[in-house]
Amino acid sequence: MLKNLCKKMSAKSLWVYHANSGGCNGCDIEVLNALTPYYDVERFGIKLVGSPRHADVMLCQGPAMRSTAKALKRAYEAMPAPKLVFAIGSCACGGGLWHDSYSVIGPVEKILPVSYYIPGCPPRPEAIIYGVAVALGLVEKKTAPVDFKQPEYRIPIYHPDDPHRDEKSEKS
Amino acid sequence: MSVMSKIKETIICLKAGRVTLPYPAHPKPVPQAFRGRPIFDATKCIGCGGCASNCPAREILLLDICQEIRILKYLGRRCAYCGRCADVCPEKAITMSKEFENATDNIGDIGQTLELFMSTCQRCGRCFKEMSPLEQLKMKGYRFDDLQNERWIFRSQSYLGDAPFTDDIKIEME
Repeated sequence: MLKNLCKKMSAKSLWVYHANSGGCNGCDIEVLNALTPYYDVERFGIKLVGSPRHADVMLCQGPAMRSTAKALKRAYEAMPAPKLVFAIGSCACGGGLWHDSYSVIGPVEKILPVSYYIPGCPPRPEAIIYGVAVALGLVEKKTAPVDFKQPEYRIPIYHPDDPHRDEKSEKS
Repeated sequence: MSVMSKIKETIICLKAGRVTLPYPAHPKPVPQAFRGRPIFDATKCIGCGGCASNCPAREILLLDICQEIRILKYLGRRCAYCGRCADVCPEKAITMSKEFENATDNIGDIGQTLELFMSTCQRCGRCFKEMSPLEQLKMKGYRFDDLQNERWIFRSQSYLGDAPFTDDIKIEME
């Protein structure tokens, strides 16, 4: 459903609104770097707008802070209906290094429904463009959850009170 | 005068040529010392938990489900790619790869879970002697992190799962 929505939106263009709710400006600089002629995102029709009322996409940077959570929620509610939220940077994805301090509530997803995550501290401008390209359906996402399992080895247990101690040592 | 300045500007713009990188179509190599996503190698890992103790973002969790199996879970969501885990690993089981294209629609995609087999001490069955309070603060050895709620458990608080969360958001948003 989300994919169809993205395709419908990408027929026109994504206008992004860039909301910093207490980050360190590192991710802001990378987002603005993506708008420069070197990584020209306007060729995908992406444009930075100053008001959430004009925007389709909200780029969240920084964790949800105690003081800015309310304002972030209001800015999200002000956006017109088909809307996406991108969490950019490790602060917005997971709360950042200071996730357990008093003023930080946690990741942005505690307050807003986040549709795409771009981890990195800060993410490279290529990574941000890649995230937008994943949302537009231009490229496939590369990451997948990894589960490793070590093989279990049988260990002979030697105990001084074990009556079969000598037999075990002979066998091995 | 103004016409001349416009012409000058045009010449400067023409000199620069085309600078836009064809990024999503062609891959762009990263710098030499770039640190990307850490990759955990289960075959080399001995389960010492040094990475979990040294992670500044506290997102490597350990859970000993029994005497012999220890689960190491890397969440990856608030990782700052500092490389401390790779630095402290005695077996060099963690490598900082050059992957940076980690954008997903599901945050669980970035996580890695290792199920490690820990061998038992053949004499006593458990290798951890009773700790002094100072050693307890260092939090090495037997650990019970909360894998479901994805948070650390501090030994000093001796908290095990069932304690309720304080729901900060409801307090703030109303």
